Amino acid sequence: MSADAIILQRGASHQVARIFIYVCLILFAAVYLMPLLVVVLTSVKDLDDIRNGSILSLPQRVTFEPWRQAWSEACIGLRCAGLRDFFINSVAMIVPSVAISTAVGAINGYALTQWKFRGADLIFAILLFGVFIPFQIILIPMARTLGAIGVANTMVGLIMVHVVYGIPFTTLFFRNFFLSLPSDLVKAARVDGAGFYQTLWRVILPISIPCFVVSIIWQFTNIWNDFIFGTTFTSGENVPVTVALNNVVNTTTGVKAYNVDMASVVMTALPTLAIYVFAGRYFLRGLMAGSIKG
Amino acid sequence: MSFPDAGALADHSEPKSDLRLWLAKNASQLALAPSVVIVLVVIYGFMVWTGVISLTASKMLPNYSFVGLAQYGRLWSNPIWQIAVSNIFIFGFLFIGFSTAIGLALAILIDQKIRAEGFLRTVYLYPMALSFIVTGTAWKWILNPGLGLERMLHMWGWESFRFDWLVNTEYAIYTLVIAGVWQSSGFVMALFLAALRGIDEDLVKAARLDGAGATQIYRRIIIPQLGPTFMTVGVILMQQAVKSFDLVVALTSGGPGNSTNLPATFMYTQTFGRDQMAVGAASAIMILMTVAAIVVPYLYIDIRNNRNER
Repeated sequence: MSADAIILQRGASHQVARIFIYVCLILFAAVYLMPLLVVVLTSVKDLDDIRNGSILSLPQRVTFEPWRQAWSEACIGLRCAGLRDFFINSVAMIVPSVAISTAVGAINGYALTQWKFRGADLIFAILLFGVFIPFQIILIPMARTLGAIGVANTMVGLIMVHVVYGIPFTTLFFRNFFLSLPSDLVKAARVDGAGFYQTLWRVILPISIPCFVVSIIWQFTNIWNDFIFGTTFTSGENVPVTVALNNVVNTTTGVKAYNVDMASVVMTALPTLAIYVFAGRYFLRGLMAGSIKG
Repeated sequence: MSFPDAGALADHSEPKSDLRLWLAKNASQLALAPSVVIVLVVIYGFMVWTGVISLTASKMLPNYSFVGLAQYGRLWSNPIWQIAVSNIFIFGFLFIGFSTAIGLALAILIDQKIRAEGFLRTVYLYPMALSFIVTGTAWKWILNPGLGLERMLHMWGWESFRFDWLVNTEYAIYTLVIAGVWQSSGFVMALFLAALRGIDEDLVKAARLDGAGATQIYRRIIIPQLGPTFMTVGVILMQQAVKSFDLVVALTSGGPGNSTNLPATFMYTQTFGRDQMAVGAASAIMILMTVAAIVVPYLYIDIRNNRNER
């Protein structure tokens, strides 16, 4: 509502209502921030400090030792080399998966809207259902297929899976974005004799940077945060960092190092949190676009 | 790009081969073809494959001796599956209800021309940027009886406070709701806020001139107009609930006992943990049918409406 707030416009009760609104909003904000605060606080305490204080008490002495351990010493099963290698796995996985799925999505979206042909809507509908399929339905065949083509338990296999199941999403983004562009641009280019890829490269790409940003951020977040594909198709040293985090927390040998667990949580969350903080607007646009709208 | 340069083909000076002309004419379809083939195989083909496996006697490896619907019988008589199904109703109902209610309330409050709107929106929405594994692990720590919230309230002087839901067979399912709502309600807020900002102001002004109060304006004028947004929110949250897997793994691992198993975790443990591939496939088909029953009508309506607008 751009004109006025709707709740209580008049007189003294106006003040009371405003205070009530702010109290509610601040309380909710506190509840939303609490887990993050707890996790960060716990990650810089030593174990005595954790045993003696509460989850929200400030550390007696700030220590980054748990962070160091989480990065290079924490145990996952019997192997105690920290999250580092798994973090690197995730980085190695994210770059090609995001790049390829976004590029293919851009070409698809363009083909479906700007160089439309008979049956384009049907093809879009076929692709669109891929956005919603529950991954449980493809786990068994995909595990068999990755094994058959010799990429089971490798990053290459996992990247392929992420690319394939990312394409419906990226196609959806680009299709909706290209639908909003005036079709005259492409028509003019075609009259001038430009072909399909020439028009895409020279005319369309330069004006679709915002859509690329949305698609890249969305794909980055989804693929970095993935767990089900990582845990099903990789194991041992080949898992992405989310799977490694879950294994760190559930490794039961020795004294439970809650501070190291929480440092691992922060490390795993940092890349997507950073993106959210620096490009929140695009992140939200991705969420809304990915959330539906055929 | 190494694709045939269709632009050059339009050049009238050169005689061109039929093949190149054909490529240029069908560039759009050709560009889409690989994606369509891949999606037909790895989505639709794999669905059929899973369906076929659900009709066989497969255990650790696929085994194509057919047993009809026997695996579905075994599935539905499996007590863990029965728990998972009743859990998805409890979890889905509460998760959708609370996420929608809190999301709508936050959107209405934020829509009152408040200060620091940008900051508050950022705070409400950040959980959405995190992996369910991350949030599950964080909540597992907070809900840890004896170390987390319970101990904090003890130290603040509320000695009798008990909060052991995480390790309580009866209540553990509700901890999934807490973490799930915390993660998703900010997103619901964003969807409702976008819808509120799109509502026609003249209606609200007219109602105010008629002397309607804030509650009446929301109840009679604004909320009824949010119908499509309620539907979108409902569909998204429903299919999210049905697919929930990561959160359970990180927060409770399905326990204590089997008390927090959901269909998605059941599917995984049967298939990859207990070598009951056919039963796992049968449960995957049940999950697919549920999601399809929610999503297909929605997409149908959505696409039809969009077509009418154009």
